[in-house]
Amino acid sequence: MNPGLTFATAGRVLRQVRTDHRTIALIIVVPCVLLGLLAWIYTGTPVFDRIGPALLGVFPMVVMFIVTSVATLRERQSGTLERLLTTPMGKGDFMIGYAVGFGLLAVVQAVVATGFAVWVCDLDVAGPLWLLVVVAVADAVLGTALGLLASGFARTEFQAVQFMPAFILPQFLLCGLLIPRELLPPLLEWISNLLPLSYAVDAMKEITRNTDPFSAVAGDLGIVLGFIVGALALASLTLSRRSA
Amino acid sequence: MMNNYDGPAVVISGLQVVRGHRDVIPGLHLEVPAGEVVGLLGPSGSGKSTLMRCIVGVQVVKAGTVTVLGHPAGSAALRREVGYVTQTPSVYDDLTVRENIAYFARAVGLRGTGLRDAVDRTLVEVDLVDFAGQLVRDLSGGQESRVSLAAALVGRPTLLVLDEPTVGLDPVLRRDLWELFARLAEQGHSLVVSSHVMDEATRCDRLVLLREGEVLADLTPDELLVRTGAVDADAAFLALIDAEAASHRSAS
Repeated sequence: MNPGLTFATAGRVLRQVRTDHRTIALIIVVPCVLLGLLAWIYTGTPVFDRIGPALLGVFPMVVMFIVTSVATLRERQSGTLERLLTTPMGKGDFMIGYAVGFGLLAVVQAVVATGFAVWVCDLDVAGPLWLLVVVAVADAVLGTALGLLASGFARTEFQAVQFMPAFILPQFLLCGLLIPRELLPPLLEWISNLLPLSYAVDAMKEITRNTDPFSAVAGDLGIVLGFIVGALALASLTLSRRSA
Repeated sequence: MMNNYDGPAVVISGLQVVRGHRDVIPGLHLEVPAGEVVGLLGPSGSGKSTLMRCIVGVQVVKAGTVTVLGHPAGSAALRREVGYVTQTPSVYDDLTVRENIAYFARAVGLRGTGLRDAVDRTLVEVDLVDFAGQLVRDLSGGQESRVSLAAALVGRPTLLVLDEPTVGLDPVLRRDLWELFARLAEQGHSLVVSSHVMDEATRCDRLVLLREGEVLADLTPDELLVRTGAVDADAAFLALIDAEAASHRSAS
């Protein structure tokens, strides 16, 4: 691991996104539109205050998962990944570079989405707003780490895109967004305990409910970070210097 | 970046590579001298690219050893010393020419003014100064392959492994690049350059002719013409293949 190489990669990833204005717009605008839509659907009910925070945790992960898995697949197919691995660039520099680059993009996304949810959609948040952003960025990095892992198993773009429903939808259904996790059938609750998105959503809910959510959020964030490290470690096994 | 190793650039012994149940390279021995432009010639499917992948250390090898600048191919010590350009350009089409070259320069450790100077020098070498700010996706195929070449040249590796670097380029540019290769060799760099255009053979200091994963001949361009009595490299190559086929027939 070499910080210079990691940041060179993060900068390169961001420069690539910079030339793609439509992707930037989608990353920033789509979460706001969906949040606004839900707030509108549930006008006059308390439902939005329950699912709004969960969605703030879901969006960064889903978006970064898709962006990363497609970007990494492109690196494999274009030969740039193979070429980079013949240089002093290590697998860690490559992966952490992606995580840092998309993590920075997630900061922008999280700030805009959180601001929109709170000031336009009137989401009630008891805890500090900045903590919502911190958790959102951790979710985004989780999405990037899972995307790096998933791209190792995709041979085509079609497969890479199909990994979204395969990797993400089950987590989405079981994370406590539809009904609180403790009300799930026992087996499903147990499965839900094994999935990283559950903890991201728990953290978001804590922040919106408690004025002093720090200790609960720290625990959830710790688990999310564990998943990030685990996913990156597994993903590094799929990046091999030699191929047949 | 030149190291002080003074043996041959590449030593290959008993190399065997299998791809898709086929022996692409059945058992190859080869020594590539340092400080020369060595042309790797042969028809398509003769194993040129696979052999180059072995030298760079990205190919899964079934048997044999490949030693590059005194180290096993692909080892960490070689990552700054070996530059590799694949046949299809491997650069980022959503970055500009300059950004691509600068990123690969950073990957081999260049920073600050050293980085800027190296990028500027390389832009001149591949004749892309006027396109430095263009996105690669807006370039022609030949220009894109020059960006890919620049990404390897920028770090001035001791050994350059170039897979068909002149395909699709006009004659003037091809001449300029071969002159650049010769200059680099004079400065002590070693180059392995593949081509299936036989008339480029005369540009090389030494030729390795491959056929079905085996070394058909390993000689200088002059020796090739003398040995076969042919007038140009194309005819010489055909003469070698015919001679080999004849010797197979008489042996069986």
